[in-house]
Amino acid sequence: MKLTGAQILIQTLIEQGVTDVFGYPGGQVINIYDALYEYKDQINHVLTAHEQGAAHAADGYSRATGKVGVCIATSGPGATNLVTGIATAMLDSIPMVAITGNVPNSLIGKDSFQEIDITGVTMPITKHNYFVKTIDELADTLRQAFSIAKSGRPGPVLVDIPKDVQLASIEFTPQGVVEKIPLPKVDESLIEQAAALIAQAERPYIYVGGGAAGLGLGQEVVAFAEKIDAVIGCSFMGLSAIPQNNDRFLGMQGMHGHYASSVSQNEADLILGIGVRFSDRATGNVAKFAKKTKIIQLDPDCAEINKNVRVELGLVGDVEDSFRRIAKKCGAKSNPQWLDRVRELKQEEERFEEDLALAAKAALTPKQVFDVINAEKLPATVIVTDVGQHQMWTAQYVEFDRPRRFVSSGGLGTMGFGLGAAIGSYTATKDPTVLITGDGSFGMNLNELATAVTYNIPVVIVLMNNGVLGMVRQWQTLFFGKRYSNTVLERKTDFVALAKAFGADGCVAETPVEFRKAFKEAIKAGKPYVIDTRIDKDEFVLPMLPPGGSVDDIITRVK
Amino acid sequence: MENKKFILAVYVENKAGVLTRVTAMFTRRGFNIDTITAGETEDKGYTRITLCLRGDEYVREQVISQLKKLYVVKKVELIEDDPIQRELMLIKVRNSSEHRNDIMAAVDVFRASVIDYSAEGMCIEVTGNPSKIDAFVKLMKPFDILEMCRTGIVALDRGETTLLSK
Repeated sequence: MKLTGAQILIQTLIEQGVTDVFGYPGGQVINIYDALYEYKDQINHVLTAHEQGAAHAADGYSRATGKVGVCIATSGPGATNLVTGIATAMLDSIPMVAITGNVPNSLIGKDSFQEIDITGVTMPITKHNYFVKTIDELADTLRQAFSIAKSGRPGPVLVDIPKDVQLASIEFTPQGVVEKIPLPKVDESLIEQAAALIAQAERPYIYVGGGAAGLGLGQEVVAFAEKIDAVIGCSFMGLSAIPQNNDRFLGMQGMHGHYASSVSQNEADLILGIGVRFSDRATGNVAKFAKKTKIIQLDPDCAEINKNVRVELGLVGDVEDSFRRIAKKCGAKSNPQWLDRVRELKQEEERFEEDLALAAKAALTPKQVFDVINAEKLPATVIVTDVGQHQMWTAQYVEFDRPRRFVSSGGLGTMGFGLGAAIGSYTATKDPTVLITGDGSFGMNLNELATAVTYNIPVVIVLMNNGVLGMVRQWQTLFFGKRYSNTVLERKTDFVALAKAFGADGCVAETPVEFRKAFKEAIKAGKPYVIDTRIDKDEFVLPMLPPGGSVDDIITRVK
Repeated sequence: MENKKFILAVYVENKAGVLTRVTAMFTRRGFNIDTITAGETEDKGYTRITLCLRGDEYVREQVISQLKKLYVVKKVELIEDDPIQRELMLIKVRNSSEHRNDIMAAVDVFRASVIDYSAEGMCIEVTGNPSKIDAFVKLMKPFDILEMCRTGIVALDRGETTLLSK
């Protein structure tokens, strides 16, 4: 059957199992949108307020499900508006296919209206990208894009399709869904070496990252920790991968990690890293990071081994398979002294937390907000965040009940990510969705409230409003002598009125009682609901491992 | 760690924009390239890029791993142990009666050849190991170098092994 390029694009998306796409029409994708109209029974298109929102929505869709998220934008400004969203997906290894239209081949290179070399622009922020020169390569290029996006270490792929290719026609035969290219299995000798290192270890620490977040290894990791008497910590991206209802789980480590998790990682004699890349936010100063520790790193990406930290053993390949084989090979052992030491650290951590709670003077503290969220949130709730203090509090306090319930921009730290991502993750899961944001982040892309209202997405928006850019302010307080340069917002925005103007609803919460009432109300609202949650501008995210510092420099209280 | 010179041979798909993808990786990761050459291979579908860089073991390991991740790269190989390496240079020097004999003597000793000759200048072609080229440039310096260009290194392993068979 002969189809146009635009029809082939949509047919190939359908063939690849895509049921939802996010995007925004424009001159050079008008044919694609015409084809979308034709296939609207088979593929749902969510029209966002801005292309950036579409990219974040595709990303959120993927994080919550593991499926490849898809976004569409027109040439020029449409395409460049995707850039931040694509980079966000790249830094967190999120599978995504971004489709852009471009001017026809005959106008390429002539600085035509809305012409941009988007493959050039996105080269360093995509896993791979394509400019489809002729129609005969279109379908296979798209299939290849899906294969690359989801295979190995996942990531975003951009496919740029000039208008003449969308208009041309050619014979099209649908094919099956392209399967992930299987990762190589690690050599048995390496598994044996890993097991031998674990057998020798007296202070083992299992370190789980984003690479394990979607694997569903959680229970097995806990069982393995019990077998070898180890503790478990995670990176920011590894949150929600591990069941939290066990006392071996110490939570996130790193710059704003839990004290016991960061310190015990540094005191461990062995770290078993599962899908972690030892980012600078996780390690602090690498020259001082875990100096007495042997590291085993399981990762699908060969370039991650020895990139940020020197490791004793790098196992490149199928992480899931490597972990299971190591777990099987290792015998049971017990490390009572290690567990005692960790217990001591946890007691210290509890003391800091009690001190902090006692020192709190505000009517509503972040901790109280999260206590309510933990108590009142429904099962399977997807927690989405923006970027800043609220994000770190979420990472520290929220209890996740299953994997893929934490949707947050880790590597790129994209303020304005949250609302689009929440729209995407809700579209994918239809599960209860809570967006935790701040007044700074929310201000960046709040236009997507229009999208949430239009598509009836009942996202609960907990807007932690402190009137300042809290994270930068915290640094200014600690390291810049309280010179609050451009971090005091002093805006007069009435967020409740704003929510209502968009067709959403909202209220103000200033105390724990008010917040609990508001949160319950928001869950029942059945539409986007903004809780303007007033917190103090001088709340800190603690502990804090200062930039360039080590665990010896952890700040646990404000003077 | 020691900063050593090393040579990489990279087999890439012969497609538009491939060289950009390879060099963009170096910009993105902050690695410097000393010389880069690209050209046809025995297989029409592939281009061979020869890169000459300096760096310690970390740089060497990272550059190779990061190159391997590029979808257009078929094979990356560190060319080690005294490979056959050649570079070509065209150099234009001032032709003066005072220095002509010295220049011609150098051309003779270096087995270079004069490929253009005019009253005011001559153009010399030199091929050889990069260190030989360096030595020739040094020799020409006092004679007023007008212009020069070097191709960068091309290299092959000795013996019958090929990059793709390794």
